[in-house]
Amino acid sequence: MIDYKNSDVLMNIGGNTAENHPITMKWIEKAREERGAKLICVDPRLTRTGAVADLYVPIRPGTNCAYLGGLTAYILDNNLYHEEYVKHYTNATYLVNEDFDFDNVTGLFSGVEDDPDRNAKAYDQSTWQYQTDEDGEILTDPDMQDENCVLQIMKRFYQAYSLENISEVTGCPIDTLEESYRLYASTGDPEKAGNMLYAMGITQFSHGTQSVRSVAVPQLLLGNIGRPGGGVNAQRGQSNVQGCCDMGILYHILTGYMPVPQRDAHPNLDAYNEAVPEGGYWVNRPNFMNSMLTAWWPEQSLDVAYQYLPKLDGTDRSHIGQYYRMGQGEVKGMICWADNPAVSGPTSGDKRKYQALLDWMVVVDLFENETAAFWKAPGMNPADIDTDVFLLPAAAAYERNGSKTNSSRWIQWQEKVQQAPGEAKSDLWIADKLFKAIRKEYEENGGVFPDPILNMNWDYGEEADSGKVAMEINGYRVADGQLLSSFGDLRDDGSTACGSWIYTGFYSDPDNPATKRRIAEKEGIGLNSEWTFAWPANRRIVYNRGAADPQGNPWNPEFPIFKWVDDQWEMMDVPDFNANIPPEESAESAFIMLPEGKGRLFANGHGGAGGTSNDSPMPIHYEPAESPVDNLLYPQATFNPISQRWYPVEEHFGEVEDYPYIISTYRVTEHYQSGIMTRNMPWLVETMPELFIELHPSLAEEKGIQNGDMVEIESKRGKIQARACVTSRIKPYNVNGNTIHVVGLPWHWGFMGMSQGDVTNDLAPSIGDPNSTIPEYKAFLCNVRRVG
Amino acid sequence: MANSICLIDPAKCMGCRGCQVACKQWNQLPAEQTTFTGTYENPPRFSADTWLRVAFREHDLEDGNVDWYMAKLGCMHCTDAACMQACPAGAIYRSDEGTVNIDEVKCIGCNYCVTACPFHVIGFDRLTNKARKCTFCHDRLVNGMEPSCAQACPTGAITFGDRRQLINRAATRMDQLKAAGNPNANIYGIDELDGTAMLYVLADNPEKYGLPADPQVPVQTRIWNAIFKPLRILVVVAVAFGLWANRAETKEIEQAKKGEK
Repeated sequence: MIDYKNSDVLMNIGGNTAENHPITMKWIEKAREERGAKLICVDPRLTRTGAVADLYVPIRPGTNCAYLGGLTAYILDNNLYHEEYVKHYTNATYLVNEDFDFDNVTGLFSGVEDDPDRNAKAYDQSTWQYQTDEDGEILTDPDMQDENCVLQIMKRFYQAYSLENISEVTGCPIDTLEESYRLYASTGDPEKAGNMLYAMGITQFSHGTQSVRSVAVPQLLLGNIGRPGGGVNAQRGQSNVQGCCDMGILYHILTGYMPVPQRDAHPNLDAYNEAVPEGGYWVNRPNFMNSMLTAWWPEQSLDVAYQYLPKLDGTDRSHIGQYYRMGQGEVKGMICWADNPAVSGPTSGDKRKYQALLDWMVVVDLFENETAAFWKAPGMNPADIDTDVFLLPAAAAYERNGSKTNSSRWIQWQEKVQQAPGEAKSDLWIADKLFKAIRKEYEENGGVFPDPILNMNWDYGEEADSGKVAMEINGYRVADGQLLSSFGDLRDDGSTACGSWIYTGFYSDPDNPATKRRIAEKEGIGLNSEWTFAWPANRRIVYNRGAADPQGNPWNPEFPIFKWVDDQWEMMDVPDFNANIPPEESAESAFIMLPEGKGRLFANGHGGAGGTSNDSPMPIHYEPAESPVDNLLYPQATFNPISQRWYPVEEHFGEVEDYPYIISTYRVTEHYQSGIMTRNMPWLVETMPELFIELHPSLAEEKGIQNGDMVEIESKRGKIQARACVTSRIKPYNVNGNTIHVVGLPWHWGFMGMSQGDVTNDLAPSIGDPNSTIPEYKAFLCNVRRVG
Repeated sequence: MANSICLIDPAKCMGCRGCQVACKQWNQLPAEQTTFTGTYENPPRFSADTWLRVAFREHDLEDGNVDWYMAKLGCMHCTDAACMQACPAGAIYRSDEGTVNIDEVKCIGCNYCVTACPFHVIGFDRLTNKARKCTFCHDRLVNGMEPSCAQACPTGAITFGDRRQLINRAATRMDQLKAAGNPNANIYGIDELDGTAMLYVLADNPEKYGLPADPQVPVQTRIWNAIFKPLRILVVVAVAFGLWANRAETKEIEQAKKGEK
């Protein structure tokens, strides 16, 4: 985040930095005051970020891809891209299969087919692949003139994203639109750096991956990735959510972003390891995978250890999917740890009902949250519910040791500063006791498959020591226990063990681990390389070959993080490239994780690496699943045809006739997530005491609603009440000649704790992005009326 | 006049209210029971338990856009302090650090300061019969620390430092704000009440942030101070007697009210 001070233009889209990441604003203010940087805020509602921004750009909820596609079109049409960067560091010059095609009536790419199991469509991506010669080398056109080269394909595809069209789709006045594009595209100047900051307002859509891609594409075109002041910056909404992902907490990702094995495709470890990408750094994955297996089951052979890992069987195991099956009676028990889905999950009213079908539930939290107390929820009858609920009181962050990983990938160790109250225990204590109890149960009474539990390495002491856990995550040599300082030392032969390869080096010196370093930078550009440890390899800026031109000169002499002088690199950061070869050679693979080494303007999953998506090679505008308008760019398209669905569309979604207003949900500074921590804090409750709905004075007048009145908000899935906040900050949008009203609600409230209110997410639909299955919280339909 | 002051720069204020909560935390002021009335601004007014509030003010513009201004409000620690002049008991004094503080032992609960303050930032605790307000974190100042609001501010919207330096800084910022398209940018607190220890550099007119355009010591306070205050011993005795007579009853009422909550 400190690097934000090096930006020339910052675009905050689908995020609300001032309200939800307030400390970050310090660095944005520094950039503005010291560099004259400009802040653009793109948001459906004038937020506190919009209030302090240099330019506020209002767009209708659900139209990020259209807005950013318009930016891409503006850059291409006006030749504002950073040509040298684009030519050398992206796949703009690559030729794509001649059969690749797009239908601008249906909004579908070539290779589309029906996917009846998911009640959606899917793609055979063979026509999306690069052209190759007889030796398998990818064909390119360095002049980017061939009609099948990526740049030309993009120019054709983004013709639909003209200023006029995008103004119609987004409802943003054309002059504001153009001003924002002009300002942001100014960072295509090689010396300038533009920074895109986003959060859940980009991702929480049935086309969320496309929204993220539509942030990445202009950043690649403008040459803004891999350099100080640039980047695609996902602002994490929780202090350690980055760390959770790094530790493999997602159902389909193991530690260090290795995929969870598929039952059919990867029946054994060899099959899994042979499925590595064809090139790029991921060819080393077997070292990381085998070291992880060794860390977990050191006494077993690697093949046996691999069979202990759960495999995906093709069933969707994401949040909505698991709750869906709970509703079908297929899930018997649940451990819900530091999560409050009865407030935070989509269609949360249904979730509470499904929980009544569980035999047992364990909830670990600071307070009795709504998930634990679902049986007390309005409309529930405790007499009818047989679920046994166990509530384990957890220690708060300051009452335990451990690390937190922030949005900059800094792994910062935090020492316990006070004793937890009452019987509250640290997460590690609870996990340790739980595991030992389960293992004892298997030892004494056996089970269907006890081996993974009985043989699991669990050597953290009588009272689990977080330092020992950290050393296992860091990695060590099996023979002598020597801690490793680089993931380059990891081997696939069982001689090394490592819990999460990207963390190697963060705890390699147990007496003075890098994660505990606190040496602030005195001179420099803000990398602070001696402050804690940033994964991977203490690298502060990833893909940093992009900071210098192919000859090795920094694009901006002000930020010479890499400079080729006298046949060697002068370096300020840890290189994300081979520094032992001449700059012209390393320039060929500036994006080192991908087989082709190029940033993907056109994403086709080449070589089996990540960086693909199931739903589109180029970011495309689809409406949200519930939308009051047709898709104005593609007449026969509506919402993402590939999206992940669980419930019948006609039953789960409402019609615009019944629910004429767009609703968007968000957080406010004063409360945190599902509110369970902040709604029990009197000083915060005082500042934001009740659930409220923001609506425009013209809608309020039409509905007879005054400021502070109680309003009922209804969607196809639920009904809630909130206090009216009548404000001109949330304007109606003129879309294709129609006025469309937008209302907004925070989602922090629930029926427990000091400050209580209705659960906003009772209204939200359960539909997911086809890649990440993230729900669509940010744009759906509702109706409102005054009730008091 | 204080040598060390705070410069408040609302153009950098994003309304996070870190200062508002930090004030309550450092001074251990209890939370008030509030309701949502249609604005983010809460609690709605200053009180004995709320010494700092962040204003949230919306202004519709002719072009259809909206300005949404936020600013920290609270005691200004004026040089020409109306509260000091109004106080008949000598309970409000200027500290060696230049801040304006209330000696609660001496305070007789007459409420004169509450009505005299042109910024309406003094609260009255009906339970203890004492006036209370921002102390400029005097306990922190004398220990070499900055006020808790300034410490809490992430963006530099509240800065604590040397008065002359901050006045220079305010002038630079005013030029920046004007150059950025804010013709009404101004500095507030140099001339107002002979200078305040809370100095503002504003992008727009003071009223738009909830600050009075031309704050004055009320005329009656000046007259009172000049003519009648020399006789204040008599008044103190009379007022104190009156309040003492009422006190038991007031206390009962207030306790009953708190009990209801």
